This record gives sequence, structure tokens and C-alpha cells, in this order.
Amino acid sequence: MSAPYAKLPAWADYGLIPVINLAVAFVVAGFVVLLVGENPFRAAAVLVEGAFGRGQGIAFTLFYATTFIFSGLSVAVAAHCGLFNIGGEGQGYIAGLGIGVVCLAFDSVLPWWLTFPLAIIAAAAMGALWALIPAYLQAKRGSHIVITTIMFNFIAASVMVYALVGFLKPANSMAPQTRTFLEGAQLPKLNWVIELFGAKIRSAPFNISFLLALAMAFLVWVLIWRTRLGYEMRTYGHSSKAARYAGISEARIIIIAMMISGALAGMMALNPTMGDQHNVALEFVSGAGFVGIAVALMGRLHPVGIVLAAILFGMLYQGGAELAFEMPAISRDMIVIIQGLVILFAGALEHMFRPYVQALFASLSPRSVGMEAIKGKGA
Amino acid sequence: MAQAAIELIGINKSFGAVRANRDINLEIVRGTIHGIVGENGAGKSTLMSILYGFYQADSGEIRVGGQPASIKTPNDAIALGIGMVHQHFMLVDNFTVLENVILGAESDALLKRSITKARSELERLEREYGLEVDPDAIIEELPVGLQQRVEILKALYRGAEILILDEPTGVLTPAEADHLFRILKQLKEQGKTIVLITHKLREIMAITDTVSVMRQGTMVATRETRKTTVEELAELMVGRRVLLRVEKGEAEAGDVKLAVKNLTVKDSRGVTMVDDISFDVRAGEIVGIAGVAGNGQSEMLEAISGIRRAVSGSVMLDGKPIDLTGAADPGELRDRGLAHVPEDRHHVGLVLAFEENENSILGYHDDERYLKGPFLDIDAIRNDARDKITKYDIRPADCRLKTANFSGGNQQKIVLAREMEQDPGVLIVGQPTRGVDVGAIEFIHKRLIAMRDQGKAVLVVSVELDEIRSLSDRILVMFAGRIVGERGPEATEGELGLLMAGVERQEAAE
Ligand SMILES: Nc1ncnc2c1ncn2[C@@H]1O[C@H](COP(=O)(O)OP(=O)(O)OP(=O)(O)O)[C@@H](O)[C@H]1O
Ligand SMILES: [Mg+2]
Repeated sequence: MSAPYAKLPAWADYGLIPVINLAVAFVVAGFVVLLVGENPFRAAAVLVEGAFGRGQGIAFTLFYATTFIFSGLSVAVAAHCGLFNIGGEGQGYIAGLGIGVVCLAFDSVLPWWLTFPLAIIAAAAMGALWALIPAYLQAKRGSHIVITTIMFNFIAASVMVYALVGFLKPANSMAPQTRTFLEGAQLPKLNWVIELFGAKIRSAPFNISFLLALAMAFLVWVLIWRTRLGYEMRTYGHSSKAARYAGISEARIIIIAMMISGALAGMMALNPTMGDQHNVALEFVSGAGFVGIAVALMGRLHPVGIVLAAILFGMLYQGGAELAFEMPAISRDMIVIIQGLVILFAGALEHMFRPYVQALFASLSPRSVGMEAIKGKGA
Repeated sequence: MAQAAIELIGINKSFGAVRANRDINLEIVRGTIHGIVGENGAGKSTLMSILYGFYQADSGEIRVGGQPASIKTPNDAIALGIGMVHQHFMLVDNFTVLENVILGAESDALLKRSITKARSELERLEREYGLEVDPDAIIEELPVGLQQRVEILKALYRGAEILILDEPTGVLTPAEADHLFRILKQLKEQGKTIVLITHKLREIMAITDTVSVMRQGTMVATRETRKTTVEELAELMVGRRVLLRVEKGEAEAGDVKLAVKNLTVKDSRGVTMVDDISFDVRAGEIVGIAGVAGNGQSEMLEAISGIRRAVSGSVMLDGKPIDLTGAADPGELRDRGLAHVPEDRHHVGLVLAFEENENSILGYHDDERYLKGPFLDIDAIRNDARDKITKYDIRPADCRLKTANFSGGNQQKIVLAREMEQDPGVLIVGQPTRGVDVGAIEFIHKRLIAMRDQGKAVLVVSVELDEIRSLSDRILVMFAGRIVGERGPEATEGELGLLMAGVERQEAAE
């Protein structure tokens, strides 16, 4: 309450500030590019071109975005309940186990449209289960959820190694991964949608789980703002005392919110496994769970913002890969630096430019800006 | 001599459609204590926030010591010798007094030297103004009265000549308030200028030299305190005559609705706060619990409403017993007809970040009326909120406004409306009118009496003795976690005061 921040009009809050943050991230990244002796403008052009220039790029951007939507939603659901779920990575990874088992069991007997719902359930259930244990420990024992979810990321990684070099692996194979799924566990591509607009796509993994991600974004919106459960979660997220007063059980709401969060994190595993590689391999989540934190922050914990932020990060992944290919001086690691800068400015330093923008608005039109600073002070 | 310390000329400030300050002119004379009163939402805090640089006026001029001043941030205000004591203290809880005082005003890169300098300066201030506080005490271990003193010291340390206090006594016990006033008088004698915002007209009469009245964003009058009366001020504030003491008929007490039995409560450190108390509240009566703050009233309320676990004890609600030691659930008590207006509306009774309509279902959000299956029935919720806004005259009348943007009195009405409109059998209310203006006090008191007359059992806990005396049909006095006496409404203030101080404890315990 006491932060002396003025209230901005919504368009500035949700539009202007993210754009400024992004612009600054790109300017700083530009200097890094300059440092290695490349032309930052050309680099930017390559990046955007790579992500959106051709149908191929767009398909890849949306493919990456799909995973980030799930992980961003996962972080947001927990955050609305005042919980910081850093365990999306592990929850997504362990979901691969459920997906693997379902796909290996049914891909030869069922068509994809029957395997897919089963796999969704398995992924969500595994993710939820993996979130349940830290949630239970937080609710009943007060073990901090940030610590326990991080630890569960490591445990998930070990369990997956165990499973992938053990029972999930075909007997005669050396590679720590499942066999390739048959057609009954391969998700249909959505590339044709992009091709409708006249673009050409050689091959890209953009698939139907993107639609599932959009559906989940809508459902999360409904959950948070239109259901009794969401109301209880938000109440607890804002004030645990008010929640207690309102008769909301602390243990119950923590556990439910974390399980929903874990289920969403689990679903992110569908995209790279059934949608792209058609197997479950080591490390297939590759950091997407952590990117979800930045996506959720940048998207202001709102599903619409999260979808947009996920597409932005999809663009960075896809455009970045293209950039590393086109400009050899810019290595793969440089791309990670640029992504890091975006996370830094858009996520971690989200409030850095806010006071200046507010001061600017205040001097332009004092009327539109009311500080929240001392609100309630005189009460 | 009568020189202006501060002049506000033609100040205007709007928040969207709400005109919080319109064309305010105010002159504050150096070396005086100047009171500002007005209804909730009249714009007092807004005006002071403009003076202190939290807000920018839309138009108007501020002069400090005769010179036009541009105050854009609190730092500008501090540089001009203006200090502010907020009602919600802005202290770092786990810092010492000394560390809090120098925070942000460190004079040196090396903390050590700042601290030595500050210590001697602090000691001088404490001596000069009778503001004793141990410089090495940790803030969170100090009672609120002392925390407030630290706020005052902070302002003085920064060279404040003009001190603004926004409702400083809302959180103080009467003894602490008395001490504060002694300090303020001393500051005045040393030539400081003080602006005091309060809802307690008695305090205005006791300590101020001049008093200004605000109403709906305008400054309606300024009076010399000794030439005015409480009645006149109340009327100026509200724009009509106000009943400072509501009239009520005889209580017709019926069956016992709420029976508290052998309640013992300990706080988180294991100190016994409520010590084996039992009492009844009957249908159709108001029972008031009097007592100096901190004698276990808060813990008792929390235990009865199920928020805090009791060590022992139970409540009989309408004849059915509920154990308070186990996992007592506020939701279950509520279902059994117990409504609770908590003492702390900011953290318990409301979620400030919610829209008004969302708060108007808090605790009743699982009621069928507000739901369609698992979904919230948004239309029903908003219509219901609008009805309550009309019925309780909550201003501004906007159920989509963020609750934090309502003034204190209106926030209290939001809670009261929610709890009273559920038509509960038993209503328990903590500090019904803390921080609430005289007009709203009258309204709230009338409502409470109407509840009583409908045959509800009402339990009121308040540190305001006046309030207890004018509302209650029976008065129970709490001291050190026990009920040390029961009196009728005709009990004198002196008599209750002695009980509250524990003087008659021995005899009363018989
Ligand atoms: N940041 C804000 N945004 C919107 N409206 C606001 C804001 N701050 C204050 N208001 C409105 O301005 C009006 C004046 O509020 P203010 O807090 O100054 O009243 P007050 O006289 O201090 O009341 P109280 O006695 O309850 O403390 C109220 O109607 C309030 O709702
Ligand atoms: Mg105020």
C-alpha cells in the first residue's frame, strides 16, 4: 500500500510499460551485439525476420509459445493464490512419465484423438501429484513452497533418468528415451492454418496442443475471476487473515491451487513429446518451466497477457536460433544473454521505469493520476 | 505574532469523477494547533497529502512561511520543514528506534558516524519534548503509542517545524492519547505548528486553538476553538443536526442466544490473554465490553468468531454448543447465525485490493444466492452490492471501485452492511466506529439498536467508553483477560474507569 506509485490509465499500465521495458532490453542487447562486432540493426532484423518472416518461422514461434503458455498459466494460477510455484520445470518433466506410459500403451490400438485425452489426463495428473507434495508440506508443515518446489525439480530429474534408462526405454536401445510413438500418439500439425494465409512451410512442429493451450488460458480466466474457487484463491492470495475470517481453509486452498498449477505445468509436456519429437527423451522440458515465470510476470498474471508474452518468448527462441545460424559471431550463448535481458527488464525490473512514466503522466495531466500511496491512511 | 506558517490557496484535486478537494483555502497560524474535522471522505487526508507531496493538486497554490512553494514529493515537503505522522506507521519493524529515525537521512556513507551523531541529537529531542523512547529498542517490540512517538521523532529529526498528524489517536489507548496531547502542547510551546486531523470532537475541544471543518471536498468553516461547541462542529460537518448520543428504548431481553463458557485464550507467545471468562448475550439486548485496549478483548473476539484457536472454552449458539479449542471454523459459526464485524477491517474484514462488490460477499461467497453452480453469479453479486450501497449510503456509490479507494468510514459501512444484511441471530462487533465520522457513528449506532430491537443478540467491544455507555444495555468490563465487573447503562464514567483500571478488581471479582 505504501509504495508511492501513481495509478496509470490501463493502456499505459498494460501496453506502454511492457513496450518500454522491451525496448530497453533490446537496446542493451544491441550494445552486446555491437561488442562482438556485429550490426545490431541487422541482428534485430534477422531475429524478427526469423520469427515472423516466413511461414516456417511463424510455425516454430507458435510451437515454442504453446509450451510457454502452459508454464506461464501454471505460475499465474499459483501466484493468484499468493504462492510462488518454481516447480513447473519438474512438474512438466515428471508429466513426461505419464505421457510416456499412456502413449506406449495405446499408440498401437487407439487413434490420436483418443490417446490425446488420455495423455492430457495423465500429464495433468502427474504434474498435479508432483505439486501436491510440496503443497501438502507447505499447508501442514509450513515448509516453504519455493524451497520444496525447487528440490522437487531435482527429484523429478532423477526419477526421469531412472525411468528413461530403465523401463521406458526399449530393451535393445542405448539411448535414454522411449521408442518413437506410432501414429496413434502423434498430434496433428496445425501448419496448414498458417499455409491458408499463403505461407509455405517445409516442416514445423506447430500442432494441435496450441489450441489446448488457448482453451486452458480461457479456462484459467474463468477459474480466477468467475468461480467461487478462484474467488477463494484470490482472497487467500491477498490476505491470509481475510481468508481465515471468511472461513476459507488455508490447507485446502493451498493444495487445490498448487494442484491446478501443477496440472497446467504437466500439460506443457504434451507439446514437445506428442507434438514434436514423438518420444519422451531426457531433458525434453529444457527450461520452459522457468521461462513460465517470466511469461507470467510479463503477462501481469492475466491469461491474455500470458498468451502475448508467450508468443514474444516464442519469437525470441525461434528468432534467436535463426540469428545464431545467420551470424556466426553471435553464438548460441549470446542468444541466451539476449533472452536473459528481456527477462531481466520485463520481469525482474518490471517496475524500474514505472515511477518515471508516472511522473510524466502526473505532469501531463495530474487529473488522471491518483497516487495509491496514502490510501487508507486516514481510515 | 499571527504569522501564517502555511497558506493553501484555491486547492483543487479530483480522482476521476470524485472531487476530493474543491477550491480549498486554509491558513494555518505559526505556533498553533490547528484541527481539521470532517466526514469520512470529506477530503482531509487528500488535502494533507497534497501538502506533504504525495499528491499533486490539479490547481491552486501552497505558501510556506509566506513564500510560494512547489511541493512535488515528500522530500520537498521535508526540506520545507513539513513533517507527517501517518496513521499506519511507516517504520521498519525489525530495526531499532535509532535506525528508523536516521533511515533515509543518514548524513554519512559510514553508518557508524551517522549513528553516533544521531544518538546525541535524538537524546536532545527526547529531553526537549518529553518524547522518551529507548533508542535501541526494536520497533516491533514497542506498543503502538511508542511507535507513534518514533514517527514524531523521525519528523523532528528531519527538522520539521510543521507537523501533520492524520488521526493519530485512532490506535491509541486513552492514556497513550493523553500523553500524546501533552507532547503536542509541549511542541507548540516550543513554537512548532501542528495540524491535527481527528474524528473525535472532544480531542478538538481539548487541544486545538483553531478548527476547520470540511464537507464533501469543500472547506465550510474555520472557528476559534474556544468560541465553538461540539454540537456546532458536528452540525457543520454533516450539514444537519447530529444526535451525538442515540436514543433508544428499553431492551426486551429474551432467551440466551450466545453463551460463552470458560473461554481461555493465549497469544502466540503463550501469554494468557483471556482468562477463563463466561458470559451470556440474550436476544434483544446489546452487551458492551469495556476495557482499555490490550486487556484481551481482541483475542476474545477472535476466539468467539473462530479465527483464533482457544485453549479452552466453547460457545453455545442458539442452544447448540460449539467447541472453540479444536478446528473451529469461522464458516461454520457463520452458518449458525453468528455475524462478525472484526476490529481490523483492513486486514481481516476486507480485501483492500478487491472491488467493493467482491468484498460485499466475503465470508458469504458460498451462499447459493451468489452462485450458479461453481460459478459466481456476477449479476446477483453486483445487484446485491448496489442495494447495500443505497441502503447504507456508502460513498462513492460505485460497486466496481477498488475497496482501498473508499475512505475509512465507508469501508466500515461496507463491512457492516455485509454482516447486518445477512440477518444473523447474533452479531459481534469490534470497534464499530473506529476512524468513523460523527454522522456515520450516528448511523451505525442506530443500525445496531435496530438490530437489537429486531430481537438479535448484539455484542459490542469498544475502547470508546462513550460508545459503550450509549449503546449497551449491560456493560461488562474487561481487565487483564478477566471480566471484572458488570454494570447497567447508568454507570458513571468514573465508576467504569476505575473498573477498567483494575482498581476495584478484588471487590468486583466476588
Ligand atoms: N487514490 C484515490 N483514488 C480514487 N479516489 C480517491 C483516492 N483517494 C481518495 N479518494 C476519494 O477522495 C475522497 C476524499 O478522500 P480522503 O481520504 O481525503 O477523505 P478523508 O476526509 O480523509 O476521510 P476519512 O475521514 O475517512 O479518512 C473520497 O471520496 C475518496 O473515496
Ligand atoms: Mg483520512
